[in-house]
Amino acid sequence: MSDLVADKVNMVFNTKGGGTVHALKDVSFTLREGELLSVLGPSGCGKTTLLNIIAGFNRPTGGAFYLGDEEISGPGVNRGMVFQQGALFEWLTVAENVNFGLRMKGSNKKETAKKVEEWLEIVGLQGFGDTPTYQLSGGMQQRVALARCLINDPDLILMDEPLGALDALTREKMQTLVLKIWKETGKTIMIITHSVEEALLLGERLFVMAPRPGRLHKEYKLPFAEQGLTIDPREIKNSQQFIETREEILSMIWDMEEEIMGGTSNAA
Amino acid sequence: MTVGILFIVLIFLFIGAIIYGRRLVKTEVTDAVFGNPTRALGGWHWIIAGLSSIMIIWLYFSWDAGRAFFPTAANELCQVAKLNRTANPIRSAFPLEDRLLRGTALLERDYGQIDVLESRLANANFGVADRTELQSIIAEMRDTLSAQANPELMDPATAGKLDGIATRINDLAKNIADDNYPIEPDPDREKALLQPAWGETNVEIPTMPLTDLGYRFSKASETMDGISKDFSKIRNNGEVITARLEALKARYKDFRIDDTEGKDITAQRKELVKQIEKIYRRIDDGKIFPSAMTQPVEAALINFDEVQKSEQGSLRLIDIFALPGGDILAGNRACSEQGSGRWLPKPSDTLNTFVRMADPEVGYKNIPLLWYEMKPIGQVFEILIPDWIADLVPGEYPRHDNEGTVLNNFKNKVYNVATGNYESLMIPVPIGHIWDSLMRVLAGLFFGILLGVPLGLYMGLSRFAKGFFDPLIELYRPIPPLAWAPLILTIFGIQDDGKIFLLFMVAFAIMVISARTGATGTQLSKIHAAHSLGASKFQIIRKVILPNSLPEILTGIRIAIGVCWGTLVAAEMLAGTTGIGFVENVARKQSDYEIIWMTILLLGILGLMFDLMMRFIIHRTIPWRGKG
Repeated sequence: MSDLVADKVNMVFNTKGGGTVHALKDVSFTLREGELLSVLGPSGCGKTTLLNIIAGFNRPTGGAFYLGDEEISGPGVNRGMVFQQGALFEWLTVAENVNFGLRMKGSNKKETAKKVEEWLEIVGLQGFGDTPTYQLSGGMQQRVALARCLINDPDLILMDEPLGALDALTREKMQTLVLKIWKETGKTIMIITHSVEEALLLGERLFVMAPRPGRLHKEYKLPFAEQGLTIDPREIKNSQQFIETREEILSMIWDMEEEIMGGTSNAA
Repeated sequence: MTVGILFIVLIFLFIGAIIYGRRLVKTEVTDAVFGNPTRALGGWHWIIAGLSSIMIIWLYFSWDAGRAFFPTAANELCQVAKLNRTANPIRSAFPLEDRLLRGTALLERDYGQIDVLESRLANANFGVADRTELQSIIAEMRDTLSAQANPELMDPATAGKLDGIATRINDLAKNIADDNYPIEPDPDREKALLQPAWGETNVEIPTMPLTDLGYRFSKASETMDGISKDFSKIRNNGEVITARLEALKARYKDFRIDDTEGKDITAQRKELVKQIEKIYRRIDDGKIFPSAMTQPVEAALINFDEVQKSEQGSLRLIDIFALPGGDILAGNRACSEQGSGRWLPKPSDTLNTFVRMADPEVGYKNIPLLWYEMKPIGQVFEILIPDWIADLVPGEYPRHDNEGTVLNNFKNKVYNVATGNYESLMIPVPIGHIWDSLMRVLAGLFFGILLGVPLGLYMGLSRFAKGFFDPLIELYRPIPPLAWAPLILTIFGIQDDGKIFLLFMVAFAIMVISARTGATGTQLSKIHAAHSLGASKFQIIRKVILPNSLPEILTGIRIAIGVCWGTLVAAEMLAGTTGIGFVENVARKQSDYEIIWMTILLLGILGLMFDLMMRFIIHRTIPWRGKG
């Protein structure tokens, strides 16, 4: 059992001017093993902060995250992370990027090579092992980033707007890939995204966050990810339920943005 | 011969490259935007045009091309220079190169000095009688001067001598225009042909005439030398003027011995007489002639000049066009190149010097440029084993016994191994000026990188380290390395240690700054990614931050090599006994332009090789630069 449990997590930043910014306030939730969660919210609502804390790059100022029985106190191999721009090591080849984690552990070379082959096949990059990463397109780079993260066999995969920088077509393909990986590996995945459609499609559960202070605003349980494993995502997107949910969330986020804008204009 | 062919080939290459380039321009898509960057790519034909134009200019202005095409021209011009040199004493009396006739200039000067003397007298403290006498002496001096310029007062014998000079010059002009002059052939021709050719030895130009034209000029210069000497002996002081001058001398001597007055005034009197005597001597020289009387000599000279110039014929054109930017001058014994032919050494001579010095037996100051010597392997690697290891071995170093024999014990044997003092395999080790310079640069660079990169990375990652070390480095970095040189050479000695430390200082600062920039530029997401993939802190530095900083570090190395190279040569010039800078410095002291030129070229080529090497390394190791 390695559920992710958030227990009243608070994050307060001190600003240079002496003030404080409440980035996260009393965030509590439980993410069960094998669940697919997407997080949505207007900019500045603390999505990335949340992810960084789970990844262990930052420590919360109050509360704690637990993965399984352990409190998260720093970065670890049990949580893999995929970044927006891939964050690949461009001085290494595709294979060297993918096996980076294993090399750092000092794993057996033959086994590593085998694993790399397997994972490159899963993400659809077989035969690209010796290609320098800087020669890859954006979509391919994200595939490498996925493989690099998954080869470490983490309990939890964190994705920080992983498809944000891709063009629409590649994006759809990658969404299907993420669903496929989720299905085949049964990993717990948490995706942060700006796109409402993507959040709906890639979220078994969906959190909508609200800003100032950053908090969980509303939670949805959605059938689309499950459907996406069998049905063409484009059909799902045209279904009545999908469109209704999308409109609801869109207007919710719209209102939040309005509120922020209104708030600033009132203050001024 | 080779130079001549090369010169012509270069000219064809230059013209061909330009024609090709112009044709190529016509095939390009015309672009309204000025400086379309794609046009600046490629263009090897312009490289050929550029290189060949440099070589053409060098060959031309160093007179190498001229020498190749007209090998005897310098020798002939040397004979012409001899004639000009022998004619100079006469020529300088006339306004041929100067503005004024010499007599006119002398008169102006002497009158001026008499005026100065007169004004002094006005301020001096003399009695009436003395003053009158002095004024009278001064007036007499003026009169004598003007008498020298008067043709009617001139001695007929002197006039005859002047006419004689004019006749002799006219005769010589006739001779030099005569192809059969001199009638008897050159008796020394065989000997002359055995002289080393132009540029073959340190005596640049063979002096004895090699051609008939040269012999004619050489012979004429001998005659002209006699005429010049006779002309110099002529003085314009015939009976009348001599009598006046003697009277004048008696008067001012008389004036001097009068010392009825006080001491001060005597001193003043002596001083004045000294001045008078000075002017008197000049008048006595008799170099002022009536202007009209020297007219025949001047006319003869002008005629002679015209004749000898026309007799030079094509030689004059060669002098102007094939040997540009200078002249060939004749000294007392030898002729020499002046101007660009002198300070711009000829490419072929420079190459010859290089080939000569490249011979390890010759080298420079007993040290080859680049060679090898066999050394026992133990001495090569003795530096790797510190000597104090022997001190740690238990026991004591051996002492001699009563018979005076020294027995080696184990401790001493260890010491011998540590100092390389044992029989071992001989291996070739490079030596020489070039090797020494290279090693110094590489050693300084090595230590600079070894210490600079870690510190730079540390400074890029830690606010403490940046703040703490920044002032130290930023304070010493802007100081020109050569400003440190005297201090460092004093502390570390003029041998390699001092220079390597100086270069280390240069490289260190550059490496720290470039490594710091590289480390600061590492994206946080990459560090995060590595961290969440399980890399330790040390692994992140080695596997992520270091490779990510590599572009900056390699650029830093490239810059550091350039700066080190420049500093090294200057440091070697300051002190030392080997190295390319040392060679150039010694050559400078001896005004050996060829070796100076050779070291400059050598430094350029080695610097270029360093840079090409770095370019290659950068291309191979960081092809991803700017594409991440």
